[in-house]
Amino acid sequence: MAWVSAHLTVLAFWVFAGVAIVSATMCVTRRNPVASALWLVVTLFQLAALFVVLDAQFLAVLQVLVYAGAIMVLFLFVIMLLNLGQGGPHDFKSAIGLGVGAVLAVLLLLQLSVLRHLEPPAAIALPPGAMAAQQARDGLVGTVARPLFDAYLIPFEITSLLLLAAIVGAVVLAMRKL
Amino acid sequence: MLLGPSLAVSAVLFTIGVAGVLVRRNAIVIFMCVELMLNAVNLTFVAFAQRLGVAGQIFVFFVMAVAAAEAAVGLAIVLAIYRHRETVDLGNINLLKG
Repeated sequence: MAWVSAHLTVLAFWVFAGVAIVSATMCVTRRNPVASALWLVVTLFQLAALFVVLDAQFLAVLQVLVYAGAIMVLFLFVIMLLNLGQGGPHDFKSAIGLGVGAVLAVLLLLQLSVLRHLEPPAAIALPPGAMAAQQARDGLVGTVARPLFDAYLIPFEITSLLLLAAIVGAVVLAMRKL
Repeated sequence: MLLGPSLAVSAVLFTIGVAGVLVRRNAIVIFMCVELMLNAVNLTFVAFAQRLGVAGQIFVFFVMAVAAAEAAVGLAIVLAIYRHRETVDLGNINLLKG
């Protein structure tokens, strides 16, 4: 039974990962900004599913609420406000720009491909299943919340300061006479 | 489990985001590509959190807060630029070009 469930997990992982990569490609290549935004929403949902596969259920919920919900609505709202529903003729760079971009992207992918063989040092790595055991003990939210309000309390409070600064900045930038 | 595949998927998503920033000219689409890059990094954090403890998940929490702030300010900047120049095409915004 455990064997079947482990294989189903791996299968689910690759399905979600495949859809995420395809929809991310669609997001980058669509001319219409609204289509781009909606493909990005698909990618974000797939990432939320991947978070569930990787034992981060609370973050998966946050991903759907904050990213796919709030942030993408903000993007769509601005697209609507500026009436950018039609892609323009100059949405992509010229042939030279496309070529340079493709070459740089391939180089970056080659550099990042070493990550595939990365293993955390055995001295600090947790045994397999440690995260699931901790979640069974503290609860899905408690696993994240306990350290967040304990060891990471000051960074958490500074985050509120950052958000306040962002609100003030956005209001100032949106004022008519700038 | 699944650490290597997660990092590979994250690398591919990050590269797609970088390619988008390099080849697109629409400021809003470039912003969306930046969000895609942030999400690829989040996937790396979550994958490592499974092996190295919950701190990685807490970092994702902070990355989400920073991304929300960045989106709010960035889109306000796009709106301000649009009011000045009637376009969000970055090819036309070349004040700093030598």
